[in-house]
Amino acid sequence: MIDRLTEHRGLDSFDIRYVALILAILGIGVLSIYSVTHGQKGGMAPYYLKQLIWIGLGAAAFLVMWASDYHQLARFAYPAYAFILLMLVFVLFEGRTSKGAQRWIALGPFSFQPSEFAKLVLVLVLAHYYSKAPRVGWLQRVIVPGLLVLPGLFLILKQPDLGSGLSFVAVYAAMLLMVGVRSQALGFILLFSIMLFPFAWEGVWGSLHDYQRQRIMAFVDPGYDPGGKGYHALQSKIAIGSGELLGKGLYGGTQSQLKFLPEGHTDFVFAVFAEEWGFLGVLVLLTLFVGLIWLSLEIASKAKDQLGALLAVGIVAMLCFCVVVNIGMTAGMFPIVGIPLPLVSYGGSATIMTMAALGLLLNVKRKRLSLFY
Amino acid sequence: MATVHYPEAESGDLHRRLFILRVGLLLVVALLGLRLWHLQIREGPYYRDLSENNRTRLVLLEPARGLIYDRHGVLLANNVPSFSLYVTLEDVKDREALIQQLSTLLGFDPTLVRKKMTARGSKLLPRKIKDRMTLRDAMLVESNRLDMPGVMIQVESQRNYPGGVTAAHLLGYVGEISADQLEKPEFVDLHQGSIVGQYGVEKSYDRHMRGMAGQKNVEVDALGHEKKAVVVERPQAGNDLYLTIDVRLQKVAEDLLGGEYGAIVALDPNSGDILAMASRPGFDPNVLSRELTAKQWVEIVQDEGRPLNNRASQGQYPPGSIFKIPMAVAALETKTMSPSSTVFCNGGYQFGKRLYHDWKASGHGYVDLHDALVHSCDVYFYTIGQRMGIDVMAEFGKDFGLGKATGVELPSERAGIMPSTAWKQKAKNEQWLPGETISAAIGQGYVTVTPLQMASLVGTVANNGVSYRPRLVQAVMDRTLGNLQELPAVPRGKINAKPETFRVIKDALADVVTKGTATRAKSSMVTIGGKTGTAQVAALRTGPEENIPKKFRDHAWFVAFAPVESPKIAVAVLAEHMGHGGAAAAPLAKEVIETYMKLAPQVPAVTSDLSGVNRSERSAKDS
Repeated sequence: MIDRLTEHRGLDSFDIRYVALILAILGIGVLSIYSVTHGQKGGMAPYYLKQLIWIGLGAAAFLVMWASDYHQLARFAYPAYAFILLMLVFVLFEGRTSKGAQRWIALGPFSFQPSEFAKLVLVLVLAHYYSKAPRVGWLQRVIVPGLLVLPGLFLILKQPDLGSGLSFVAVYAAMLLMVGVRSQALGFILLFSIMLFPFAWEGVWGSLHDYQRQRIMAFVDPGYDPGGKGYHALQSKIAIGSGELLGKGLYGGTQSQLKFLPEGHTDFVFAVFAEEWGFLGVLVLLTLFVGLIWLSLEIASKAKDQLGALLAVGIVAMLCFCVVVNIGMTAGMFPIVGIPLPLVSYGGSATIMTMAALGLLLNVKRKRLSLFY
Repeated sequence: MATVHYPEAESGDLHRRLFILRVGLLLVVALLGLRLWHLQIREGPYYRDLSENNRTRLVLLEPARGLIYDRHGVLLANNVPSFSLYVTLEDVKDREALIQQLSTLLGFDPTLVRKKMTARGSKLLPRKIKDRMTLRDAMLVESNRLDMPGVMIQVESQRNYPGGVTAAHLLGYVGEISADQLEKPEFVDLHQGSIVGQYGVEKSYDRHMRGMAGQKNVEVDALGHEKKAVVVERPQAGNDLYLTIDVRLQKVAEDLLGGEYGAIVALDPNSGDILAMASRPGFDPNVLSRELTAKQWVEIVQDEGRPLNNRASQGQYPPGSIFKIPMAVAALETKTMSPSSTVFCNGGYQFGKRLYHDWKASGHGYVDLHDALVHSCDVYFYTIGQRMGIDVMAEFGKDFGLGKATGVELPSERAGIMPSTAWKQKAKNEQWLPGETISAAIGQGYVTVTPLQMASLVGTVANNGVSYRPRLVQAVMDRTLGNLQELPAVPRGKINAKPETFRVIKDALADVVTKGTATRAKSSMVTIGGKTGTAQVAALRTGPEENIPKKFRDHAWFVAFAPVESPKIAVAVLAEHMGHGGAAAAPLAKEVIETYMKLAPQVPAVTSDLSGVNRSERSAKDS
């Protein structure tokens, strides 16, 4: 009887609105990837098909996470972190280099990006750390978790992967805020300074000379903009802006179709979408993301224990950060750092990791509803 | 069961913080939305414009240049497809790397390519870097195109002269417009890389033949590769020219000169139509219409024979005894002499301290005008020259067109000199010396003429004083309207002289050939009238002709017309450093005249059905 109840409520936790939002965003992603790459020739499978495979694998990861128990998972947080650190070290020496950065591990015909998975593992590690024992004092609350973050952050920045590195900091800051530091203001300032970074950056960045910007960018992320002179940023702004209210229609995006816009299926997929679907399409996509994050925060606030709440907050923070920074950078508010748009950009590692993280979130909800372990 | 750390206090705290997080999130998303609204709605039209310009390039469609035919519709110049390499700088990522690639792949001269890339002009318009590429090179570029963004191969028309060196000086050649030319108002529609005529009728009729460029909008991708093209304006083909020359006669004239330097002009005295105009040495306009290297240019320009010089219209020589023709007209018209009055020639003419020699040291005895022309007696003309004075001579000389350009449709035509007291005062700021009149009387001294002027002169005499401006183009075929516009002959006026004067002189000229200085021009086919001339190159001569170095030997002149009764052709022959006109030049004139007579009778040169001639020769670039 109890078991049946558990099972029933477990199924109940499979929130249909939540899943629908995820599927809608994934659909937009596949459509945009299809639109921008459909004309490409080459022996490999088309990008949209491969993305569908990643989504399939991601769905499996989602279900596994949903069906598991985050308490059990948390126990493996430290070993998992150690393992991911080893992989990051491995990447530094043996990884596949692409566009000036060494981020990938080749796995047969595929390659995967440990830094993506590192983000999720970090959420697990920090949530586990804070919830295992009451952490008091700034040493235990700030410094020790900070030391946990550092090796991963260092290895990721070394690749270099500025985007993932910043995500690491964002997750850490969000956790810090949630567990409540002595001076709460510190946490807020930290979080908001990250959130508002794009806007502040505009002011500072805009005041610099071209060559200064180039030097800074060359220093921060040498491989990204080989053409220099803000080519990507400009083309991306032109793509988004020229979409106007209604967009140019599917396949109508000249910026992306004619390859003016680089990375149209990965980091700049938002610009492709905005060019073809216009401001109305953009509003729809933003609403879907806000809805998803809203439901996720709902789960966080109703989590039955601190571990669950922190896991949920960490995942939400990670998701939020990527969405805001990616859209911000394509819209020219922010320097270009390699951060994909979650669930939309093409990419196996990021898609699977994000879907796994969302599965874990739903697991937090499921466990709240179950009366017994 | 694990210990759950979830103190009540912290739980309440968590909710408060989550609330703040939500507010913060909404704030940030609102800011993002605001930014996107700004980009897409407020500045949307601006970015829409940018994206349109981003993807379209304006490409000029070069028009097909007008063709050139001879008077019977034989093709002299057309266009053939050729491959050209263009670069759009806007699409080039690394200029130096591209220069390097082009020089290693195709052996282009890096400095030349760099010069073309840095030349003034729009970055968005493709600029021509190389033309007349081989098919192999063009394929090589096509197969490496992905590595060379901004580079494209264009098939376009290349000027082609099927006859090679034949009529090269008349046709001229084409070439890329120069920076200086671009500044001029007549080239205002053109752009860097445009092909314009640089010499010959290609230059003088460039405006007719060049046509109008069209344009197309090309949608390109970020690598500059063409995706879709929309023709905005079709190019308009240039107009075709029908020349007055008969290419068969032209070839004969050129072959007659052979390896010697000189010129032959043949024209129809009844219209001024130039039937042939040969100048040697020549050049191949196909080579000159190509892009020449600096070395090739220097070779051509420094060639001692000056092959680019059209000796027929640009070469200025003393007319020698040819000048005796206008002198004779002047003597009769001013009544200085009557046809029967004589002068005694003892082989020299004493003037002051100087003795002016006759070419025949023993003298001609008593000579009248007829004999003086037939035997080319110098003393007779010294005498009448002295009596008339230089200014009267100049007046008649000018009536025959001496000292001014004929106005033929060729660039850089020279005028020669018809000296007078006023001329010397102006040109040299010196007094005219009486002795100079005597030299001028036999066409030496300051007098210089072009072979074209001499052909025109003898034609005028043959035509009893009526003259036409020599011309090379008799009709223009309008390609847009499709109609043939025949150009009328341009009368240049009539020399005010009695018919009797011309009759006497023409009689004498006929006897020059039958029993005078030019018996070698005698033809069994047709009656020919003519006059020999020898233009002195060096004043002092030592020893027999054969011992003089060739470059100091005299130029041989011969002018002729035929048939004497009703002249159809007038010819002037100048053979540089070939000695006496009767020996070196007269046989050539005879050959030209006989050839022309054999070619006649001919159909009227241009008829309306010629408009369909050789349409298939027009090159592919029409559309």
